[in-house]
Amino acid sequence: MRAKVYVTPKAGVLDPAGKATERGLHALGFGEVHDVRLGRYITMEVDGDPTDVTARLDDMCRQLLANGVIEDYLFEIGESGVE
Amino acid sequence: MKFGVVTFPGSLDDADTVYAVRDVVGIETIPLWHKDRDLHGVDCIVLPGGFSYGDYLRSGALARFAPVMSSVVDFAASGGLVIGLCNGFQILCEAGLLPGALVRNQSLTFVCGQARVKVERADTPFTGLCQRGAVLRLPIKHGEGCFVADESTLRRLEDNRQVVVRYVDEGGAATAGANPNGSLNNIAGIINEGGNVFGMMPHAEHACEELLGMKDGALFFRSIESWVGREVRR
Repeated sequence: MRAKVYVTPKAGVLDPAGKATERGLHALGFGEVHDVRLGRYITMEVDGDPTDVTARLDDMCRQLLANGVIEDYLFEIGESGVE
Repeated sequence: MKFGVVTFPGSLDDADTVYAVRDVVGIETIPLWHKDRDLHGVDCIVLPGGFSYGDYLRSGALARFAPVMSSVVDFAASGGLVIGLCNGFQILCEAGLLPGALVRNQSLTFVCGQARVKVERADTPFTGLCQRGAVLRLPIKHGEGCFVADESTLRRLEDNRQVVVRYVDEGGAATAGANPNGSLNNIAGIINEGGNVFGMMPHAEHACEELLGMKDGALFFRSIESWVGREVRR
């Protein structure tokens, strides 16, 4: 299975990189943009049956891929080889 | 009294730390390799500054998988003294040995210069030779030194007096202007609840001799030596 993991700064945690990107978008005339949050997107192939994979991915996120102090995560599981 | 300084792939200040503590401050110090599980009987472990594992994923996140770190975690759990400077502080937070996290400086720029920190606690193994309230001058050089923690963790850190050093101005006031990276409550360094694990962003090891313009950093290593000496005599 192909897993897609999204890691973003928690609401309330300072995200200066997101703020700077937002200012850049405003400077380009995209004034409708607000609350930009900059995160990470991770994809991977995972073997196993879908219910196990969900639990395993949750463990991966909690133990390594995201830092629970500062980051939230969510993931999607799709067909193998499909980005 | 023997210090051990860990070298991870990507460590930068490891050799400087060995030089400063052994050759300048004059305390026995040995290098420790990231693949070592044996801590060679050291009394205090230093996790040095740098960019361990290229700062991949998050600063300090991958160092905890080094074989030496499982020994460091056991050593800390049994009350052993551990000090993390800069990247070492980030590693201690990522390894769960200290609460909170260090994120990108609020300014988004790498800061390189001098900081003033106030000693909030002079009753720890790491600061015993300092005066409480003393303002020390130390160098800083980091891109991700902004200390953050959730509200309850921050309150607990303050209530338990776990903030050991705080960024201050010349007069000793913790102002926004004196805060080089946006750290909550101007936090520059904290200690764990057990009082044996200390992390700090400023570089004590680069402030040990007159030639470099700053000597206050030596106080931390001398304090540790003095503490260990007292423990041995006890």
